[in-house]
Amino acid sequence: MSVSGVRKDFLHIALFGLVYIVLAALVSNSYYLLIMTIVPVWAVMGLSWNLFSGYSGLISFGHAAFFGLGAYLVALCMVVWELNPWITIPLATLAGGVSGLLVGIPTFRLRGHYFALAMLAYPLALLYIFEWLGYQEVALPMNRKAPLMYMQFENPFYYVLLGLLLLLFTLVITTLISHSRLGMSLLAIKLDEDAAEAVGINTLYWKLVAITISAALAGAAGGFYAVVLLVVTPLAVFGMLVSAQALIFAMFGGVGTLWGPVLGAIILVPLSEILYARYAADFPGIQGVIYGVAIIAVILFAPEGILWKVRSLLRPGQFRMLGSSASVADFSADESLLAVTHDDRNETILEVSDLSKAYGGLQATDALSFKVRQGELLGIIGPNGAGKTTLFNLLNGFVKPDKGSIHFQNKALLNLRPNRICAMGIARTFQVAKPFTHLSVLDNVIVGAYVHTSSRQAAGQIASAAIALVGLEQQCDLPGANLTNKELRLMELARALASKPSLILVDEILAGLDPEAMQEMLVVLQKVRALGITIVIIEHSMQAMVQLVDRFVVLDHGALLAQGSPEEIVKNPAVIEAYLGKKWLENA
Amino acid sequence: MGAMYGLMCVGLTIIFGVMRVINFAQGEFMMLGMYFAYFCFAWFGTYAFFDGLWFPFLLALLAGPAVFLVGLVLHRLLINAVTGRQASQLEAQGHYAQLVLTLGIALVLQNGGLFLFGSSPVSVSNELSYSAWEWGPMIGERVSVFVNQAQTISAILAVFVVIGFGLLMARTRLGKSLRASADNPDAAIYMGINVDRAHRLAFGFGVGITAIGGGLLASNAPFQPYIGTEYVIIMYAGVVLGGLGSIRGAFLGGLSIGVLQQVSAIILPNQLQNTVIFICFLIIILFRPQGFFGKKDRTA
Repeated sequence: MSVSGVRKDFLHIALFGLVYIVLAALVSNSYYLLIMTIVPVWAVMGLSWNLFSGYSGLISFGHAAFFGLGAYLVALCMVVWELNPWITIPLATLAGGVSGLLVGIPTFRLRGHYFALAMLAYPLALLYIFEWLGYQEVALPMNRKAPLMYMQFENPFYYVLLGLLLLLFTLVITTLISHSRLGMSLLAIKLDEDAAEAVGINTLYWKLVAITISAALAGAAGGFYAVVLLVVTPLAVFGMLVSAQALIFAMFGGVGTLWGPVLGAIILVPLSEILYARYAADFPGIQGVIYGVAIIAVILFAPEGILWKVRSLLRPGQFRMLGSSASVADFSADESLLAVTHDDRNETILEVSDLSKAYGGLQATDALSFKVRQGELLGIIGPNGAGKTTLFNLLNGFVKPDKGSIHFQNKALLNLRPNRICAMGIARTFQVAKPFTHLSVLDNVIVGAYVHTSSRQAAGQIASAAIALVGLEQQCDLPGANLTNKELRLMELARALASKPSLILVDEILAGLDPEAMQEMLVVLQKVRALGITIVIIEHSMQAMVQLVDRFVVLDHGALLAQGSPEEIVKNPAVIEAYLGKKWLENA
Repeated sequence: MGAMYGLMCVGLTIIFGVMRVINFAQGEFMMLGMYFAYFCFAWFGTYAFFDGLWFPFLLALLAGPAVFLVGLVLHRLLINAVTGRQASQLEAQGHYAQLVLTLGIALVLQNGGLFLFGSSPVSVSNELSYSAWEWGPMIGERVSVFVNQAQTISAILAVFVVIGFGLLMARTRLGKSLRASADNPDAAIYMGINVDRAHRLAFGFGVGITAIGGGLLASNAPFQPYIGTEYVIIMYAGVVLGGLGSIRGAFLGGLSIGVLQQVSAIILPNQLQNTVIFICFLIIILFRPQGFFGKKDRTA
């Protein structure tokens, strides 16, 4: 991927700009030129919303806050200090970005419904504050003497040009982001936030980056809007309709695409403007009704937006893939990329002491202490509900313990977020596989590979080595959603390997596999182990486990029941009792 | 005021509690309730028979069933496509689609209201709106507390409606099927409950009850078609304060928000009243998203 993908997008952007300019040059009606100026403003808003919400999946109803701040900043700077828009629009961009960051820091504590609701409150609170401050209507002073300096041109064509420049700039940024680590991380967050965190994506950090950039673009759009319309009112820039429009254009055109928001703005803005101009006297709310109807229709008939709909009509049966996948030609079996150099085989790599976690009255983990030695393959077994998966969740940071400590390579792990723990070298797979469904296998693994490199190329190499190791070369272009159970498990293993861990936590990777596939999986695990990676595995199939592991830790009701070599464990009376009951013990 | 907010919050929480849907159009259904009361008042109010002081309150209560029907139809035609069992196939369990669809409905109702009802503020009022019961004089014989009669009657009615609905949910077979559908839709289906129908009814009840709240508010203050946007945040503030999905919590939450708004009006300029509510809402949602009356739950 790809450089050629980026080039193609840039070419499209340039072509689009050219066509738009030619069209604008042919139009002489100043009202139509005004519409042609407004379209890019809203396209930028749509792209800004899409950059954050479309990629990350967190719905923002608050982009009006950034837009409005940008608009008021430009207007008030001009009124009070006579600053010209060439200075203030960049300032508005900056202000938008800063406010995005400030909004993001507290609000990202929330997910789903709560996030959407909280975002709605920001612009509305600002709306009333600006009304109270007495800025019900701020008109930009006229400065016809220096049109260039104050962006007050007699010829509306220049406004179209400026608006178009802003749009092209936004398109270029969006292209670069969607092909970058940021775009990939955001998609991963959208598809499965927990899995993203577990493969080492610092979800909070990337979300903050995204909302900052997105809000900065919204601020710029707001600033330019003020210059074009010359009047700023709280309702026009902070109102619900502003946030709604940003969202509607993006959803209407196509969520998570480069051209969707632009398409949405190009269709809907002129439609509503022209109908408004014609029928406003009789139907004052016609704009809102059109937007409302448009969005209802899209949700019902093409929930991903018309661009995706058209695409699936043109190429029926094709799975909707996100991301920018292009296959890596050679799967270098360069396993050295994944190997771990470890100094001493018998040194302790992980030490758990006195670890406890209770859910209400249920003691999921009860004063548990054990050690994992470097390079070993440790099996964790125990009856259902013994607290095995909870233990993994404690180890990789999903769950905070009530008491106790975890040391990994002599460093304390408590209170670290999962992505930090992953970066330190603990990777995991999940009992119920968590693939990024709309990303290809290769992209799934690349997401994991970004932990130790920020270069796309290096990440690609590590990912291809990991895929080669588990033997998924043939499937690398398939979307995560279309994999069989075995392939899913292998993909998760490759994704974990790509983060170059020293220790992998493997959760029931054999579950639901037929005997043949189980054997294959055991071979892969042996290969992983040969790289020097320490493995801790949860499994129910004793038969497979006895072949595989060096040592067992047996849990029962969250507490340590026994530990030792496979031979010792299968003869241990306490273990037999826990698994099979007292009766068996007597007969044994 | 508080009691009416409480009532509207109850309507909203029913929809969320049973359907797990955030309804952005709730404020618009409240607005429909207000205009229902207004137009009936304008049309029938001229007849001597309907001249009584009780008439606006009756209309408010009637707004409930009327908007209930509107809710049923809208659910059938639109909402049903993105909620319940249909939602599981959509991205993020259809949250995306639900939020945006109700936003679309809100826009259509709001702006449609603009050309059906006009943009100038109207109100439903009679003598009660302007008359107050005087309590006092007390505290040194100089201060009296005036209680607006219309508001008092509205508040009492609101409490009755909430209690009535609470009994309906707790005691009847219908209530049981609604609660079952809320708890676990799949299990409810296996038990022979028509979950689609339960959702439809829940949506109808939800918007209907909010419309009664709107109808009662209509006799207190003037309103216009855009009023819903303001109130949807107020409603959500109350609902979140009370813990999403809890009926008693929602009523108490709405009550608290109403009181807060009135108290803040004493200290702060008028324009900032709503800002206070929005800021409180943000503080609540950021620091205690499970609410003060709800049980602790993951904020996912």
